[in-house]
Amino acid sequence: MSKERIKIAEELFDIMPAEYQDLVKRATYGNEQRGWKDIGNAKELIEEHSLCAGCPESMAFRYILASLPNPEDTVMVGSTGCTSLVFPHVAVHNIHSLFGNQNAIASGLKRALTVRFPDRPKDVVVLAGDGATVDIGLDMTLQAWFRQEKFTTICFDNELYANTGGQESGLMQKGFVAKMAPVGKTFEKVRLPEIARESGCHYVVNCTVSKPNLIEKVIKNAVHIAREIGPTYLQLYTPCILEIGKNSMEGLQEMRDSEKPTERFAYKEYVSEPAKELLAELAAKEKERKAEAKKQLAGQTA
Amino acid sequence: MTTSYKVMPGPEHFLPPSAASMGIRLPDPGQAHIHGTIVSEEEAMEQAARQFLSAKVPTIFPGPLVLWAWNDKAAKKAKAIRYLYETIKESVDSSQHAMLIPMPDYRPKYPKINPEIEINPNHPNLTIWHNKIDACMFVGVHCHQANLSLKIIRGGTNCYTIAMCAQAGHEDAMLSFRDATAEKILRLADWVKKLKGSVAPPA
Ligand SMILES: Cc1ncc(C[n+]2csc(CCOP(=O)(O)OP(=O)(O)O)c2C)c(N)n1
Ligand code: SF4
Ligand SMILES: [Mg+2]
Repeated sequence: MSKERIKIAEELFDIMPAEYQDLVKRATYGNEQRGWKDIGNAKELIEEHSLCAGCPESMAFRYILASLPNPEDTVMVGSTGCTSLVFPHVAVHNIHSLFGNQNAIASGLKRALTVRFPDRPKDVVVLAGDGATVDIGLDMTLQAWFRQEKFTTICFDNELYANTGGQESGLMQKGFVAKMAPVGKTFEKVRLPEIARESGCHYVVNCTVSKPNLIEKVIKNAVHIAREIGPTYLQLYTPCILEIGKNSMEGLQEMRDSEKPTERFAYKEYVSEPAKELLAELAAKEKERKAEAKKQLAGQTA
Repeated sequence: MTTSYKVMPGPEHFLPPSAASMGIRLPDPGQAHIHGTIVSEEEAMEQAARQFLSAKVPTIFPGPLVLWAWNDKAAKKAKAIRYLYETIKESVDSSQHAMLIPMPDYRPKYPKINPEIEINPNHPNLTIWHNKIDACMFVGVHCHQANLSLKIIRGGTNCYTIAMCAQAGHEDAMLSFRDATAEKILRLADWVKKLKGSVAPPA
Protein backbone atom coordinates (compact mmCIF):
# COMPACT_ATOMS: atom_id res chain seq x y z
CA MET A 1 0.00 0.00 0.00
CA SER A 2 1.39 3.39 -0.82
CA LYS A 3 0.78 6.88 -2.07
CA GLU A 4 1.69 5.72 -5.59
CA ARG A 5 -1.97 5.09 -6.19
CA ILE A 6 -2.90 8.66 -5.36
CA LYS A 7 -1.18 10.91 -7.88
CA ILE A 8 -2.27 14.19 -9.42
CA ALA A 9 -1.60 14.54 -13.15
CA GLU A 10 1.71 16.39 -13.45
CA GLU A 11 0.47 19.00 -15.93
CA LEU A 12 -2.49 19.93 -13.74
CA PHE A 13 -0.80 19.78 -10.35
CA ASP A 14 -0.41 23.56 -10.03
CA ILE A 15 -4.11 24.29 -10.48
CA MET A 16 -5.29 21.83 -7.84
CA PRO A 17 -6.43 23.55 -4.63
CA ALA A 18 -3.72 23.44 -1.97
CA GLU A 19 -5.53 20.93 0.22
CA TYR A 20 -5.37 18.27 -2.52
CA GLN A 21 -1.71 18.98 -3.22
CA ASP A 22 -1.04 18.64 0.50
CA LEU A 23 -2.87 15.32 0.66
CA VAL A 24 -0.59 13.91 -1.99
CA LYS A 25 2.59 15.44 -0.60
CA ARG A 26 2.15 15.25 3.15
CA ALA A 27 -0.59 12.82 4.13
CA THR A 28 0.18 9.53 5.86
CA TYR A 29 -1.36 7.12 3.37
CA GLY A 30 0.75 3.99 3.20
CA ASN A 31 2.47 4.64 6.52
CA GLU A 32 1.81 1.61 8.68
CA GLN A 33 2.85 3.48 11.80
CA ARG A 34 0.37 6.30 11.30
CA GLY A 35 -1.41 7.51 14.42
CA TRP A 36 -2.59 10.46 16.47
CA LYS A 37 0.93 11.86 16.79
CA ASP A 38 0.83 12.79 13.09
CA ILE A 39 -1.75 15.45 13.89
CA GLY A 40 0.04 18.76 13.50
CA ASN A 41 2.95 17.15 11.63
CA ALA A 42 1.38 15.57 8.58
CA LYS A 43 -1.59 16.52 6.46
CA GLU A 44 -4.74 15.28 8.16
CA LEU A 45 -7.38 13.35 6.24
CA ILE A 46 -10.01 15.87 7.26
CA GLU A 47 -10.27 19.38 5.89
CA GLU A 48 -12.46 22.06 7.44
CA HIS A 49 -15.52 20.73 9.23
CA SER A 50 -19.01 22.08 9.46
CA LEU A 51 -19.76 21.14 13.05
CA CYS A 52 -20.44 23.69 15.78
CA ALA A 53 -17.28 25.37 17.07
CA GLY A 54 -15.77 23.13 19.74
CA CYS A 55 -17.98 20.12 18.99
CA PRO A 56 -16.17 17.04 20.34
CA GLU A 57 -17.25 15.15 17.21
CA SER A 58 -14.57 17.13 15.37
CA MET A 59 -11.87 15.85 17.75
CA ALA A 60 -13.22 12.35 17.37
CA PHE A 61 -13.06 12.61 13.59
CA ARG A 62 -9.48 13.84 13.67
CA TYR A 63 -8.27 11.08 15.99
CA ILE A 64 -10.11 8.36 14.09
CA LEU A 65 -8.88 9.50 10.69
CA ALA A 66 -5.32 9.74 11.99
CA SER A 67 -5.55 6.20 13.39
CA LEU A 68 -7.20 4.12 10.64
CA PRO A 69 -4.54 1.54 9.85
CA ASN A 70 -5.23 1.37 6.12
CA PRO A 71 -6.97 4.56 4.97
CA GLU A 72 -6.36 4.10 1.24
CA ASP A 73 -8.17 0.76 1.39
CA THR A 74 -10.88 1.78 3.83
CA VAL A 75 -14.45 2.71 2.99
CA MET A 76 -16.42 4.53 5.65
CA VAL A 77 -20.20 4.36 5.72
CA GLY A 78 -22.01 7.28 7.30
CA SER A 79 -25.59 8.12 8.12
CA THR A 80 -27.63 11.28 8.41
CA GLY A 81 -26.83 13.47 11.39
CA CYS A 82 -24.16 15.95 12.41
CA THR A 83 -21.46 13.51 11.27
CA SER A 84 -22.80 13.44 7.72
CA LEU A 85 -21.92 17.09 7.19
CA VAL A 86 -18.28 16.29 7.83
CA PHE A 87 -17.86 13.50 5.29
CA PRO A 88 -17.51 15.80 2.26
CA HIS A 89 -14.28 16.99 3.88
CA VAL A 90 -12.88 13.54 4.53
CA ALA A 91 -10.13 12.10 2.31
CA VAL A 92 -11.15 8.48 2.80
CA HIS A 93 -13.66 6.80 0.51
CA ASN A 94 -17.07 7.17 2.07
CA ILE A 95 -20.68 6.40 1.35
CA HIS A 96 -23.67 8.18 2.79
CA SER A 97 -26.53 5.81 3.56
CA LEU A 98 -30.21 6.30 4.22
CA PHE A 99 -30.66 7.10 7.90
CA GLY A 100 -30.41 3.88 9.90
CA ASN A 101 -29.36 1.68 6.98
CA GLN A 102 -25.63 2.04 7.53
CA ASN A 103 -24.91 -1.48 8.82
CA ALA A 104 -26.93 -3.08 6.02
CA ILE A 105 -25.03 -1.06 3.40
CA ALA A 106 -21.73 -1.88 5.08
CA SER A 107 -22.58 -5.62 5.08
CA GLY A 108 -23.09 -5.68 1.33
CA LEU A 109 -20.13 -3.44 0.70
CA LYS A 110 -17.73 -5.53 2.76
CA ARG A 111 -18.86 -8.73 1.08
CA ALA A 112 -18.53 -7.21 -2.39
CA LEU A 113 -15.07 -5.84 -1.63
CA THR A 114 -13.97 -9.26 -0.39
CA VAL A 115 -15.09 -10.87 -3.64
CA ARG A 116 -13.64 -8.13 -5.82
CA PHE A 117 -10.29 -7.83 -4.00
CA PRO A 118 -9.56 -11.25 -2.53
CA ASP A 119 -5.87 -10.51 -2.04
CA ARG A 120 -6.06 -7.04 -0.59
CA PRO A 121 -7.44 -6.19 2.86
CA LYS A 122 -10.33 -3.76 2.51
CA ASP A 123 -11.66 -2.31 5.74
CA VAL A 124 -15.20 -1.06 6.16
CA VAL A 125 -15.95 1.30 9.02
CA VAL A 126 -19.42 2.54 9.87
CA LEU A 127 -19.61 5.87 11.65
CA ALA A 128 -23.06 7.09 12.70
CA GLY A 129 -24.87 8.89 15.48
CA ASP A 130 -26.77 7.25 18.32
CA GLY A 131 -30.13 7.91 16.69
CA ALA A 132 -28.98 6.11 13.56
CA THR A 133 -27.27 3.25 15.42
CA VAL A 134 -29.57 2.54 18.34
CA ASP A 135 -33.03 3.78 17.37
CA ILE A 136 -33.96 3.93 13.71
CA GLY A 137 -31.13 1.62 12.60
CA LEU A 138 -31.16 -0.84 15.51
CA ASP A 139 -32.48 -3.67 13.35
CA MET A 140 -29.66 -3.21 10.81
CA THR A 141 -27.06 -2.76 13.57
CA LEU A 142 -28.00 -5.97 15.36
CA GLN A 143 -28.60 -8.10 12.29
CA ALA A 144 -25.11 -7.28 10.99
CA TRP A 145 -23.65 -8.42 14.30
CA PHE A 146 -25.76 -11.59 14.42
CA ARG A 147 -24.50 -12.44 10.93
CA GLN A 148 -20.90 -11.83 12.02
CA GLU A 149 -20.27 -9.27 9.30
CA LYS A 150 -16.61 -8.31 9.31
CA PHE A 151 -16.64 -4.55 9.80
CA THR A 152 -16.39 -1.98 12.57
CA THR A 153 -19.37 0.00 13.84
CA ILE A 154 -18.58 3.30 15.53
CA CYS A 155 -21.37 5.18 17.27
CA PHE A 156 -20.84 8.84 18.08
CA ASP A 157 -22.96 8.88 21.20
CA ASN A 158 -24.13 12.41 21.98
CA GLU A 159 -27.17 11.04 23.76
CA LEU A 160 -29.75 12.69 21.50
CA TYR A 161 -30.70 13.60 17.96
CA ALA A 162 -28.49 16.66 17.62
CA ASN A 163 -28.85 17.45 13.96
CA THR A 164 -32.62 17.81 14.14
CA GLY A 165 -32.63 19.98 17.24
CA GLY A 166 -32.52 17.69 20.27
CA GLN A 167 -35.02 14.83 20.30
CA GLU A 168 -34.87 11.89 22.69
CA SER A 169 -32.68 8.95 21.74
CA GLY A 170 -32.36 5.47 23.20
CA LEU A 171 -28.89 6.39 24.43
CA MET A 172 -30.13 9.46 26.27
CA GLN A 173 -29.88 9.27 30.05
CA LYS A 174 -33.02 8.68 32.08
CA GLY A 175 -34.64 11.92 33.18
CA PHE A 176 -32.78 14.10 30.66
CA VAL A 177 -34.77 17.00 29.25
CA ALA A 178 -33.81 18.19 25.78
CA LYS A 179 -35.08 21.05 23.64
CA MET A 180 -37.44 18.80 21.76
CA ALA A 181 -37.97 16.25 24.52
CA PRO A 182 -39.52 18.46 27.22
CA VAL A 183 -41.08 15.70 29.31
CA GLY A 184 -37.77 14.06 30.12
CA LYS A 185 -36.60 10.56 29.22
CA THR A 186 -38.63 7.97 31.09
CA PHE A 187 -36.39 4.91 30.70
CA GLU A 188 -32.72 4.09 31.17
CA LYS A 189 -29.94 4.61 28.63
CA VAL A 190 -29.98 1.53 26.36
CA ARG A 191 -27.03 -0.70 27.22
CA LEU A 192 -25.79 -1.15 23.70
CA PRO A 193 -22.22 -2.18 24.61
CA GLU A 194 -23.59 -5.17 26.55
CA ILE A 195 -26.06 -5.91 23.77
CA ALA A 196 -23.18 -5.75 21.26
CA ARG A 197 -21.23 -8.33 23.24
CA GLU A 198 -24.23 -10.66 23.48
CA SER A 199 -24.95 -10.16 19.78
CA GLY A 200 -21.57 -11.48 18.71
CA CYS A 201 -19.22 -8.49 18.59
CA HIS A 202 -15.62 -9.56 19.23
CA TYR A 203 -14.41 -6.24 20.49
CA VAL A 204 -16.54 -3.66 22.28
CA VAL A 205 -15.37 -0.41 23.84
CA ASN A 206 -17.35 2.29 25.60
CA CYS A 207 -15.37 5.48 26.26
CA THR A 208 -15.06 9.19 25.58
CA VAL A 209 -12.77 10.79 23.00
CA SER A 210 -10.82 12.82 25.55
CA LYS A 211 -7.57 10.88 24.98
CA PRO A 212 -6.15 10.65 21.45
CA ASN A 213 -3.77 7.77 22.26
CA LEU A 214 -6.65 5.72 23.61
CA ILE A 215 -8.72 6.39 20.50
CA GLU A 216 -5.80 5.32 18.34
CA LYS A 217 -5.51 2.06 20.23
CA VAL A 218 -9.20 1.18 20.14
CA ILE A 219 -9.59 2.12 16.47
CA LYS A 220 -6.64 -0.01 15.43
CA ASN A 221 -7.82 -2.95 17.55
CA ALA A 222 -11.38 -2.65 16.26
CA VAL A 223 -10.35 -2.48 12.60
CA HIS A 224 -7.84 -5.34 12.80
CA ILE A 225 -10.24 -7.61 14.69
CA ALA A 226 -13.08 -6.82 12.25
CA ARG A 227 -10.77 -7.59 9.33
CA GLU A 228 -9.70 -10.99 10.65
CA ILE A 229 -12.43 -12.23 12.97
CA GLY A 230 -15.83 -10.52 13.07
CA PRO A 231 -17.88 -7.47 14.04
CA THR A 232 -16.54 -4.86 16.43
CA TYR A 233 -18.30 -1.94 18.14
CA LEU A 234 -17.05 1.34 19.58
CA GLN A 235 -19.38 3.64 21.48
CA LEU A 236 -17.68 7.01 21.82
CA TYR A 237 -19.06 9.85 23.92
CA THR A 238 -19.00 13.00 21.81
CA PRO A 239 -21.20 15.36 23.85
CA CYS A 240 -23.38 17.77 21.94
CA ILE A 241 -22.24 20.93 23.66
CA LEU A 242 -25.00 22.87 21.97
CA GLU A 243 -27.75 20.74 23.46
CA ILE A 244 -26.30 20.39 26.95
CA GLY A 245 -25.66 24.11 27.23
CA LYS A 246 -21.85 24.12 27.23
CA ASN A 247 -19.48 26.60 25.63
CA SER A 248 -17.12 25.62 22.85
CA MET A 249 -14.17 25.23 25.24
CA GLU A 250 -16.06 22.96 27.63
CA GLY A 251 -16.44 19.77 25.59
CA LEU A 252 -13.19 18.22 26.82
CA GLN A 253 -14.02 18.79 30.48
CA GLU A 254 -17.49 17.34 29.96
CA MET A 255 -15.88 14.16 28.59
CA ARG A 256 -13.38 14.00 31.46
CA ASP A 257 -16.18 14.37 33.98
CA SER A 258 -18.18 11.61 32.30
CA GLU A 259 -15.36 9.05 32.20
CA LYS A 260 -14.70 8.96 35.93
CA PRO A 261 -14.89 5.42 37.35
CA THR A 262 -18.49 5.67 38.54
CA GLU A 263 -19.76 7.56 35.51
CA ARG A 264 -21.54 6.18 32.45
CA PHE A 265 -18.52 6.56 30.15
CA ALA A 266 -15.95 4.96 32.44
CA TYR A 267 -13.71 2.94 30.11
CA LYS A 268 -15.30 -0.45 29.42
CA GLU A 269 -13.85 -3.05 27.10
CA TYR A 270 -14.82 -6.54 26.02
CA VAL A 271 -12.52 -8.72 23.93
CA SER A 272 -13.53 -12.21 22.76
CA GLU A 273 -11.07 -15.09 23.09
CA PRO A 274 -10.15 -15.25 19.36
CA ALA A 275 -9.74 -11.48 19.38
CA LYS A 276 -7.42 -11.69 22.39
CA GLU A 277 -5.24 -14.14 20.47
CA LEU A 278 -5.10 -11.87 17.46
CA LEU A 279 -4.18 -8.83 19.57
CA ALA A 280 -1.41 -10.84 21.25
CA GLU A 281 -0.07 -11.86 17.83
CA LEU A 282 -0.15 -8.26 16.60
CA ALA A 283 1.57 -7.06 19.77
CA ALA A 284 4.33 -9.66 19.32
CA LYS A 285 4.85 -8.58 15.72
CA GLU A 286 4.99 -4.94 16.77
CA LYS A 287 7.58 -5.78 19.42
CA GLU A 288 9.66 -7.57 16.82
CA ARG A 289 9.40 -4.63 14.44
CA LYS A 290 10.53 -2.20 17.12
CA ALA A 291 13.45 -4.41 18.12
CA GLU A 292 14.50 -4.69 14.47
CA ALA A 293 14.26 -0.92 14.02
CA LYS A 294 16.35 -0.39 17.15
CA LYS A 295 18.96 -2.83 15.87
CA GLN A 296 19.15 -1.05 12.53
CA LEU A 297 19.46 2.31 14.24
CA ALA A 298 22.27 1.00 16.43
CA GLY A 299 23.99 -0.37 13.29
CA GLN A 300 23.73 3.02 11.61
CA THR A 301 25.16 4.95 14.55
CA ALA A 302 27.92 2.41 15.29
CA MET B 1 -38.28 12.54 -33.30
CA THR B 2 -37.90 16.11 -34.49
CA THR B 3 -37.77 19.00 -32.09
CA SER B 4 -37.66 22.76 -32.29
CA TYR B 5 -35.77 22.93 -28.98
CA LYS B 6 -32.28 24.38 -29.16
CA VAL B 7 -29.64 24.09 -26.43
CA MET B 8 -28.68 27.76 -26.17
CA PRO B 9 -26.83 29.95 -23.67
CA GLY B 10 -29.21 30.94 -20.84
CA PRO B 11 -30.28 32.06 -18.44
CA GLU B 12 -33.02 29.66 -19.46
CA HIS B 13 -34.80 29.46 -16.14
CA PHE B 14 -34.29 28.12 -12.65
CA LEU B 15 -34.73 24.47 -13.59
CA PRO B 16 -34.17 24.10 -17.33
CA PRO B 17 -35.53 20.86 -18.82
CA SER B 18 -33.00 18.18 -19.59
CA ALA B 19 -32.24 18.56 -23.29
CA ALA B 20 -32.86 14.82 -23.77
CA SER B 21 -36.44 15.25 -22.55
CA MET B 22 -36.87 17.96 -25.19
CA GLY B 23 -35.92 15.55 -27.97
CA ILE B 24 -32.23 16.37 -28.35
CA ARG B 25 -30.32 13.25 -29.29
CA LEU B 26 -26.68 12.33 -29.01
CA PRO B 27 -24.23 12.19 -31.93
CA ASP B 28 -22.98 8.91 -33.39
CA PRO B 29 -19.23 8.16 -33.43
CA GLY B 30 -17.41 10.67 -35.64
CA GLN B 31 -20.11 13.28 -35.08
CA ALA B 32 -20.75 16.03 -32.55
CA HIS B 33 -23.66 18.36 -31.83
CA ILE B 34 -24.03 22.12 -31.80
CA HIS B 35 -27.12 23.46 -29.97
CA GLY B 36 -28.59 19.98 -30.34
CA THR B 37 -28.12 19.69 -34.11
CA ILE B 38 -25.90 16.81 -35.21
CA VAL B 39 -22.83 18.02 -37.13
CA SER B 40 -19.50 16.59 -38.21
CA GLU B 41 -16.77 16.56 -35.62
CA GLU B 42 -14.71 18.97 -37.74
CA GLU B 43 -17.52 21.53 -37.82
CA ALA B 44 -17.81 21.33 -34.05
CA MET B 45 -14.03 21.74 -33.68
CA GLU B 46 -14.15 24.96 -35.66
CA GLN B 47 -17.14 26.26 -33.72
CA ALA B 48 -15.58 25.40 -30.33
CA ALA B 49 -12.35 27.16 -31.31
CA ARG B 50 -14.35 30.24 -32.37
CA GLN B 51 -16.15 30.27 -29.02
CA PHE B 52 -12.86 30.21 -27.12
CA LEU B 53 -11.35 32.96 -29.27
CA SER B 54 -14.35 35.25 -29.01
CA ALA B 55 -14.99 34.86 -25.28
CA LYS B 56 -13.90 37.35 -22.62
CA VAL B 57 -13.02 34.55 -20.22
CA PRO B 58 -12.58 31.25 -22.09
CA THR B 59 -12.20 28.55 -19.47
CA ILE B 60 -11.46 24.83 -19.26
CA PHE B 61 -12.85 22.84 -16.33
CA PRO B 62 -10.94 19.53 -15.94
CA GLY B 63 -12.60 17.00 -13.63
CA PRO B 64 -11.28 14.10 -11.53
CA LEU B 65 -10.96 11.71 -14.47
CA VAL B 66 -8.09 13.82 -15.81
CA LEU B 67 -6.88 15.61 -12.69
CA TRP B 68 -5.71 12.31 -11.21
CA ALA B 69 -3.11 10.26 -13.06
CA TRP B 70 -4.96 7.02 -12.45
CA ASN B 71 -3.78 5.50 -15.75
CA ASP B 72 -1.59 6.46 -18.73
CA LYS B 73 -4.54 7.66 -20.80
CA ALA B 74 -5.56 10.09 -18.09
CA ALA B 75 -2.03 11.44 -17.81
CA LYS B 76 -1.90 11.94 -21.60
CA LYS B 77 -5.21 13.76 -21.59
CA ALA B 78 -4.02 16.02 -18.79
CA LYS B 79 -1.01 16.96 -20.91
CA ALA B 80 -3.24 17.69 -23.91
CA ILE B 81 -5.58 19.82 -21.77
CA ARG B 82 -2.67 21.89 -20.52
CA TYR B 83 -1.51 22.36 -24.11
CA LEU B 84 -4.99 23.46 -25.20
CA TYR B 85 -5.13 25.95 -22.34
CA GLU B 86 -1.69 27.38 -23.18
CA THR B 87 -2.71 27.62 -26.82
CA ILE B 88 -5.89 29.52 -25.98
CA LYS B 89 -3.91 31.80 -23.68
CA GLU B 90 -1.44 32.61 -26.44
CA SER B 91 -4.16 33.07 -29.04
CA VAL B 92 -6.36 35.63 -27.31
CA ASP B 93 -5.64 39.34 -26.91
CA SER B 94 -4.92 41.27 -23.73
CA SER B 95 -8.60 42.08 -23.11
CA GLN B 96 -9.33 38.37 -22.78
CA HIS B 97 -8.43 36.15 -19.85
CA ALA B 98 -8.12 32.40 -20.35
CA MET B 99 -8.61 30.23 -17.26
CA LEU B 100 -8.03 26.62 -16.23
CA ILE B 101 -10.10 25.80 -13.15
CA PRO B 102 -10.38 22.29 -11.69
CA MET B 103 -13.43 20.42 -10.45
CA PRO B 104 -11.54 18.33 -7.89
CA ASP B 105 -14.55 17.11 -5.94
CA TYR B 106 -18.20 16.38 -6.56
CA ARG B 107 -19.21 16.52 -2.93
CA PRO B 108 -20.81 19.74 -1.75
CA LYS B 109 -18.26 21.64 0.30
CA TYR B 110 -19.37 23.39 3.46
CA PRO B 111 -19.45 26.21 4.26
CA LYS B 112 -18.52 27.18 0.71
CA ILE B 113 -15.99 26.70 -2.06
CA ASN B 114 -13.47 29.25 -3.20
CA PRO B 115 -14.86 30.13 -6.67
CA GLU B 116 -11.59 31.66 -7.78
CA ILE B 117 -9.77 28.34 -7.73
CA GLU B 118 -12.37 25.60 -8.12
CA ILE B 119 -15.79 24.70 -9.46
CA ASN B 120 -18.28 22.38 -7.77
CA PRO B 121 -21.10 20.62 -9.63
CA ASN B 122 -23.65 21.41 -6.94
CA HIS B 123 -23.29 25.15 -7.45
CA PRO B 124 -21.15 25.70 -10.57
CA ASN B 125 -22.61 29.16 -11.10
CA LEU B 126 -20.65 30.56 -8.16
CA THR B 127 -17.48 30.01 -10.20
CA ILE B 128 -19.03 31.16 -13.50
CA TRP B 129 -20.37 34.39 -11.98
CA HIS B 130 -17.31 35.15 -9.84
CA ASN B 131 -14.88 34.90 -12.76
CA LYS B 132 -17.34 36.24 -15.35
CA ILE B 133 -16.80 33.13 -17.47
CA ASP B 134 -18.64 33.34 -20.80
CA ALA B 135 -17.36 30.16 -22.54
CA CYS B 136 -16.26 26.96 -20.89
CA MET B 137 -15.36 23.38 -21.67
CA PHE B 138 -15.90 20.42 -19.36
CA VAL B 139 -13.47 17.53 -19.67
CA GLY B 140 -12.91 14.52 -17.42
CA VAL B 141 -16.07 15.03 -15.40
CA HIS B 142 -18.23 11.95 -14.77
CA CYS B 143 -21.48 11.96 -16.78
CA HIS B 144 -23.98 12.67 -14.03
CA GLN B 145 -22.00 15.50 -12.50
CA ALA B 146 -21.35 17.05 -15.92
CA ASN B 147 -25.05 16.93 -16.78
CA LEU B 148 -25.97 18.46 -13.45
CA SER B 149 -23.46 21.30 -13.90
CA LEU B 150 -24.35 21.92 -17.55
CA LYS B 151 -28.02 22.23 -16.69
CA ILE B 152 -27.45 24.54 -13.74
CA ILE B 153 -25.17 26.75 -15.87
CA ARG B 154 -27.72 26.87 -18.68
CA GLY B 155 -30.40 27.71 -16.15
CA GLY B 156 -28.68 30.58 -14.43
CA THR B 157 -25.99 32.09 -16.66
CA ASN B 158 -25.30 33.14 -20.24
CA CYS B 159 -22.14 31.04 -20.43
CA TYR B 160 -21.55 28.99 -23.60
CA THR B 161 -20.89 25.38 -22.58
CA ILE B 162 -18.78 22.80 -24.42
CA ALA B 163 -18.38 19.16 -23.40
CA MET B 164 -15.29 17.17 -24.38
CA CYS B 165 -16.96 13.91 -23.39
CA ALA B 166 -15.18 10.55 -23.26
CA GLN B 167 -18.44 8.66 -23.66
CA ALA B 168 -21.42 9.36 -25.91
CA GLY B 169 -21.63 13.16 -25.52
CA HIS B 170 -23.80 15.57 -23.53
CA GLU B 171 -27.16 16.84 -24.72
CA ASP B 172 -27.11 19.53 -22.07
CA ALA B 173 -24.02 21.25 -23.43
CA MET B 174 -24.38 23.77 -26.23
CA LEU B 175 -21.67 21.92 -28.11
CA SER B 176 -20.54 18.39 -27.41
CA PHE B 177 -17.87 16.07 -28.68
CA ARG B 178 -17.88 12.38 -27.91
CA ASP B 179 -15.20 9.68 -27.47
CA ALA B 180 -12.65 12.25 -26.27
CA THR B 181 -8.99 11.31 -26.52
CA ALA B 182 -5.76 13.25 -26.03
CA GLU B 183 -5.46 13.45 -29.83
CA LYS B 184 -8.91 14.99 -30.14
CA ILE B 185 -8.06 17.63 -27.55
CA LEU B 186 -4.83 18.42 -29.45
CA ARG B 187 -6.82 18.73 -32.68
CA LEU B 188 -9.00 21.32 -31.00
CA ALA B 189 -5.84 23.19 -29.99
CA ASP B 190 -4.75 23.11 -33.66
CA TRP B 191 -8.07 24.67 -34.65
CA VAL B 192 -7.55 27.45 -32.09
CA LYS B 193 -4.10 28.11 -33.57
CA LYS B 194 -5.46 28.03 -37.09
CA LEU B 195 -8.21 30.57 -36.35
CA LYS B 196 -6.02 32.82 -34.21
CA GLY B 197 -6.32 36.41 -35.43
CA SER B 198 -9.33 35.69 -37.64
CA VAL B 199 -11.99 35.80 -34.93
CA ALA B 200 -13.07 39.17 -33.54
CA PRO B 201 -12.37 39.47 -29.82
CA PRO B 202 -15.31 40.41 -27.57
CA ALA B 203 -16.55 44.00 -27.89
C1 LIG C 1 -35.05 8.01 7.14
C2 LIG C 1 -34.84 9.30 7.84
N1 LIG C 1 -35.55 9.55 8.98
C3 LIG C 1 -35.36 10.70 9.64
C4 LIG C 1 -34.44 11.62 9.20
C5 LIG C 1 -34.26 12.93 9.93
N2 LIG C 1 -33.04 13.03 10.68
C6 LIG C 1 -31.95 13.66 10.20
S1 LIG C 1 -30.69 13.73 11.27
C7 LIG C 1 -31.59 12.91 12.44
C8 LIG C 1 -31.05 12.67 13.81
C9 LIG C 1 -29.67 12.21 13.87
O1 LIG C 1 -29.37 11.82 15.18
P1 LIG C 1 -28.08 10.97 15.48
O2 LIG C 1 -28.05 9.76 14.66
O3 LIG C 1 -28.01 10.78 16.96
O4 LIG C 1 -26.90 11.92 14.97
P2 LIG C 1 -26.42 13.33 15.58
O5 LIG C 1 -26.99 14.38 14.73
O6 LIG C 1 -26.86 13.39 17.00
O7 LIG C 1 -24.90 13.28 15.49
C10 LIG C 1 -32.86 12.59 11.96
C11 LIG C 1 -33.92 11.89 12.71
C12 LIG C 1 -33.73 11.33 8.02
N3 LIG C 1 -32.82 12.18 7.53
N4 LIG C 1 -33.95 10.18 7.38
S1 SF4 D 1 -25.41 20.20 17.13
FE1 SF4 D 1 -24.20 19.24 18.77
S2 SF4 D 1 -23.37 17.34 17.88
FE2 SF4 D 1 -24.07 18.64 16.19
S3 SF4 D 1 -22.25 19.80 15.57
FE3 SF4 D 1 -23.33 21.07 17.07
S4 SF4 D 1 -22.41 20.55 19.04
FE4 SF4 D 1 -21.84 18.94 17.61
MG1 LIG E 1 -26.90 11.79 18.37
